[in-house]
Amino acid sequence: MDLSLATKDEGDITVVEVGGEIDVYTAPKLREQLIELVSNGRYQLVVDMEGVDFLDSTGLGVLVGGLKRVRAHDGSLRLVCTQERILKIFRITGLTKVFPIHASVDEALTATD
Amino acid sequence: MPTVELSFSPLAAHVRTARLVATAVARRAGVEEALLDEVRLAVGEACSRAVALHARFAPGVAVQVRLTDEPDVFLVSVADQAGDHEDELEGGLESLDPDDLAAPDAEPGPLPSGFGLAVVTGLVDDTEVERTPNGTVLTMRWKATGTV
Repeated sequence: MDLSLATKDEGDITVVEVGGEIDVYTAPKLREQLIELVSNGRYQLVVDMEGVDFLDSTGLGVLVGGLKRVRAHDGSLRLVCTQERILKIFRITGLTKVFPIHASVDEALTATD
Repeated sequence: MPTVELSFSPLAAHVRTARLVATAVARRAGVEEALLDEVRLAVGEACSRAVALHARFAPGVAVQVRLTDEPDVFLVSVADQAGDHEDELEGGLESLDPDDLAAPDAEPGPLPSGFGLAVVTGLVDDTEVERTPNGTVLTMRWKATGTV
């Protein structure tokens, strides 16, 4: 697969580091990872997208699905992304409105909004 | 005649192949470097849409991609054979309510069908959607400075 995933717990928060391409073929792997985290009671998630080279609407749908799942448990899903070419699809779909987007994992871990 | 023609089994694994080929031909046609990410995403969305439709309505039938290098224009057309199907998001990206899309849900489904197509028409300045009883042809055009 062209997608790498690594998770790390930081207290109550789990950081999911994603690398490679999130598209129609690889997105199911990310979806399963997010589902597994939620079913294990991890509801505060940070998805680090800095290593992502490509994101399409299927990938976006998986991130939205993850957001909806954690919200059902009063949780949060924050993104770390500074790449404009990845942020573009969030901007044109208006989804920058619903995902807190941070410039670094540290910033995401200490955010309180 | 198209400069490059690609025909692939309607499998998610091959959408990346189509993206890579389209980007390579676009670069060769003289599409600006800054636009290549747009080509990659738009062609990917068009092909993903066709693959999903073929999975339901035309299994085993190849998706056709035609890449044409014309003077000043680089054209990509993606054709499916999935018959005539309405995409849910006819209103395009403006019809989306992000808060509504992201509402809490313990068992969320996928994004509305037609989302990928809305991304293409929202992203690319020059697109054409031609619906026929056989299927849809989605054509996207970018400015190109000429063969590199």
